[in-house]
Amino acid sequence: MTTTERPAEHAHAGRRGSDLASRPWTGAKREYDIVKEFVIAVVLVGALTLVLALVFSSPDDPSLTLKTWATAAPSDFVSTVVSELAGTSTSAGYGQPYNNTPDAAQKLGPLQLQKWAGVRIPVDSAQDFVIGPLKSLPQSDITSAALNAWTGASADQQAKWAGNYSDAIAKVPDGDYTKVASGDYGPVPVLAAAELAAAEGGSLDGVVAAQGKFYQTDYTFSLLFLADGSYLEAQARAQHLGGDQWGMMNETGSYPGQSWLWLYTFWYQVKPFSDPNTTVGANADAYVWALMMLLTLGLVLVPFIPGLRSVPRWIPLHRAIWRVYYRRHQHS
Amino acid sequence: MTADTPGAADPVKAPPTWTGRLRERFFGTFPPDKLLPDDQPEYVASWIYVFGVATLAALVFIIGSGLVLTLKGPQWYHVSSFGHFVNSVHLWSVELFFLFMVVHLWGKFWMAAWRGRRALTWMTGVVCFLASIGTAFTGYVTQTNFDSQWISTQAKDGLNSVGIGAWFNVLNLGQMLLFHVALLPLVLGAIVVWHVLLVRTHGVVPPIDATEADLEPVPPATAAASPVVDREPVTEATS
Repeated sequence: MTTTERPAEHAHAGRRGSDLASRPWTGAKREYDIVKEFVIAVVLVGALTLVLALVFSSPDDPSLTLKTWATAAPSDFVSTVVSELAGTSTSAGYGQPYNNTPDAAQKLGPLQLQKWAGVRIPVDSAQDFVIGPLKSLPQSDITSAALNAWTGASADQQAKWAGNYSDAIAKVPDGDYTKVASGDYGPVPVLAAAELAAAEGGSLDGVVAAQGKFYQTDYTFSLLFLADGSYLEAQARAQHLGGDQWGMMNETGSYPGQSWLWLYTFWYQVKPFSDPNTTVGANADAYVWALMMLLTLGLVLVPFIPGLRSVPRWIPLHRAIWRVYYRRHQHS
Repeated sequence: MTADTPGAADPVKAPPTWTGRLRERFFGTFPPDKLLPDDQPEYVASWIYVFGVATLAALVFIIGSGLVLTLKGPQWYHVSSFGHFVNSVHLWSVELFFLFMVVHLWGKFWMAAWRGRRALTWMTGVVCFLASIGTAFTGYVTQTNFDSQWISTQAKDGLNSVGIGAWFNVLNLGQMLLFHVALLPLVLGAIVVWHVLLVRTHGVVPPIDATEADLEPVPPATAAASPVVDREPVTEATS
């Protein structure tokens, strides 16, 4: 490669024009082959990619199903079903965009962006996750009677039955629903048992996802139901994927995940975002999102922000980048 | 631009038709010697310049492996060893893509590469980074495995908290998959092309302490007699 040099006696002889950087470079140049450079880059990066893929492969832990959840953690499954019927599950009280639960939506100071978005993905947890799927499956006489009793009762009565059963389960060690004392539970125990049996038999996954349709590509109901239980989170935390485990940038196994989200997940690890007893912590998702958008806007607008745009001049790392240039001009 | 650019004179002389005006505008803005240069300023001599073109090279493998996965469908890689390998190529090319891009971005920051009317180049570069994050995220939630179940159920809270989740439903596999394989790649590809064209148009930003004397043309005799003075890598495609 040949290189041309500017006469040394002219080095830094002139003024540093403010518009110099905007003018076409007419000084010393060197040969360059942009096509060759790109081809070499593709070959080297491709080789590195293939080696990494061959040596380290990639993670692919199988998805959980309602069947695996019900089989592995029946007590968690039953207590989740009862909370759906009682309207006390996470999704039942989530607020927008799933339902209009009062005061459930997060706020960003005076801005109620979540609430203002409205209910655009309606979710009725009891109907969509339990009653509807059970009705669509073959039923025993007992289950059919329980469904009729449930649908014929008032909302208050439904809530009372499910609440009573939920409280009773909570009093039993390990939440073992089989050891619950008798009480005023109405048809809830039968419905929960029928849902558990359908899940263990493998028939519940399809009906919760499909919701009576043939084609289906939307798993909102299935995922909300799964996330209402504690089994999914327990599996995730075991893989260091929890929110307070920097999980946003982790991956199953020891693979690198979305490490570029390190700053986003960082805020969840520190106060006040990590303290649910503060206003910011109670609305952490909204505040972290807003903070990241603000920082992102700052990154986009760096060229126009006084002070920030001068940092490269104050901390002259650029002298290392252009060390060849500065080595030639060190005398000036 | 450069009506007097050698080799670009004929295309610029255009008839007053829509086609002629488009040709005049295109070749006026992007003359061939800027799009495909065979020289560059001598100060472009650092390994940091490698990371722009390395990012593009990684993108080639992301697109290539992604196209293979697209041909076979989103669940093929769960049941095929070759599919799993292609998925691995997709994963590692993405990891390298972000690694190269972040180094490239930091390098450009310390060069204050927005100087000389290059602010739009910087901004399109940052937008490329953001669009890449979005594209990668939709890939993570469409893996159709445990990882996608967990990521989507967690990510929904952040998106719902500011109202975005009402329209961008990460629990809707079909919507996310179309974002990942169609909409976002088109957006990202367009911004990348724009960014690279801006780089080619404005050239590589000169050193912060460059002076008027540095712009003095080098006499041909001096150039011809110049020795090879360094062997630093020479790259700038996405500087």
